[in-house]
Amino acid sequence: MQSQTYNYKVVRQFAIMTVVWGIVGMLVGVIVAAQLVWPELNVAEWLHFGRLRPLHTNAVIFAFGGCALFATSYYCVQRTCHTRLFAPGLAAFTFWGWQLVILLAAISLPLGFTSGKEYAELEWPIDILITVVWVSYAVVFFGTIATRKTTHIYVANWFYGAFILTVALLHLVNSAEVPVTLTKSYSAYAGVQDAMIQWWYGHNAVGFFLTAGFLGMMYYFVPKQAGRPVYSYRLSVVHFWALIFTYMWAGPHHLHFTALPDWTQSVGMVFSLILLAPSWGGMINGIMTLSGAWHKLRTDPILKFLITSLSFYGMSTFEGPMMSIKTVNALSHYTDWTVGHVHSGALGWVAMVSIGAMYYLIPRMYGKTEMYSTKLITAHFWIATIGIVLYIASMWISGVMQGLMWRATNPDGTLTYSFVEAVKASYPFWTIRVLGGVLFLTGMLIMFYNMVKTIAGQKAYEAPVLAPAGAHA
Amino acid sequence: MDINDARTVVTVLGFVCFICISLWAYSGRARKGFDEAALLPFGEDDLPPSDSGRQTKEGNKNG
Repeated sequence: MQSQTYNYKVVRQFAIMTVVWGIVGMLVGVIVAAQLVWPELNVAEWLHFGRLRPLHTNAVIFAFGGCALFATSYYCVQRTCHTRLFAPGLAAFTFWGWQLVILLAAISLPLGFTSGKEYAELEWPIDILITVVWVSYAVVFFGTIATRKTTHIYVANWFYGAFILTVALLHLVNSAEVPVTLTKSYSAYAGVQDAMIQWWYGHNAVGFFLTAGFLGMMYYFVPKQAGRPVYSYRLSVVHFWALIFTYMWAGPHHLHFTALPDWTQSVGMVFSLILLAPSWGGMINGIMTLSGAWHKLRTDPILKFLITSLSFYGMSTFEGPMMSIKTVNALSHYTDWTVGHVHSGALGWVAMVSIGAMYYLIPRMYGKTEMYSTKLITAHFWIATIGIVLYIASMWISGVMQGLMWRATNPDGTLTYSFVEAVKASYPFWTIRVLGGVLFLTGMLIMFYNMVKTIAGQKAYEAPVLAPAGAHA
Repeated sequence: MDINDARTVVTVLGFVCFICISLWAYSGRARKGFDEAALLPFGEDDLPPSDSGRQTKEGNKNG
């Protein structure tokens, strides 16, 4: 037995900040949702909807989701490679560097500094900082894999690795810009090429940041919490390569009926439809891991989070390909249906799998086997689930309603409804959305309380590095 | 051969490559490695020492 321990410090830091940034990001989400119902809440220019909305998306995707990915990937890669994290100084830098990126986003976005690209709004100095942090992340992650004591690289690490490499590529290409001043830059691309590169980035941010990374999380934490190996390892290999080969091509479905060439739109649609197969393969693989141990779902709220997240993953990866079909898209695009679809993925899949993983990680970071209160985890689960259902259902109804109202015409060819009539009709559903968001945020506050009570009075813990199974079997 | 032929060739090669990976993954040769790899998260016990002796997990046959 070696005396060396795993590097838990950086995992612990990222895990705690996951919960903190989750609360911040979702609070901003609730505020912008409320601003749509009560426009008087747009009190000052830096608290206006147009500035807070990118703050919400950046905070939940890159601060909450990003910290969850850093924490779980560092934990998973050390433990499945049976070696301490490579370059601990660099790993610490990724934590502080990433927090600085988040802080700069939280300051610059409300002040109105933006490059105007969705999910890539941050201005060029921050883009450079992101690049430096991300390259360091890649060095730490792949360095750990290179110094592994095991023969195989566990499938979760393949997904994490693909996520790290692809996000680096996407960020570098899409953020190519011409700086004018310290706080203003213009895209290096123009016209429809700029739009295509933006949505190549945008959709692969969904595909690799919000999917591949979290699938890595799923492939580690679902088997661990269920106490049994993944249902089919060979399916996970095919799942991985199918995602890698198809995701990159799906971006054009964001640009249906635009100036983008028609054939490009059709390619995007076809590849989005193909994506259903690997997505459902992964979902089935995750859920079937519980096969023979379904009773655990009844008593274990962490498994409830993980398995429900896979159900939402299945739902939204069915809905997504369907919405990419041009005729469906003609109805759904620019309506609340899209917003509902995104949140079914973001709250149902990404947030729930992260929350499950954090409930697994946090006690282990302090030498405990479980959280302070399992009952509070159960309460969190039900409150969050009800919140998501309210959110998605209200957006489906308002989305389809908006689509139908916008396309309705009178016999003489004029529009039946003015735009503002569709806005007026949406109010009740926007109110239900605020309620759903408040419930989801409440769940996160319960999680924060549970986390504080778990940590209080506990000493940080570092588990010893174990020899690979073959060496001491 | 113009650039579009090259694009077609790369697409077809990508598809062939994926089919080969799938065939390999479902062949008998890959099985042993996959079985070992699937147990990687369990080749160790991640519970703290005070509790680790008492906890036995179903999948943890390898530890």
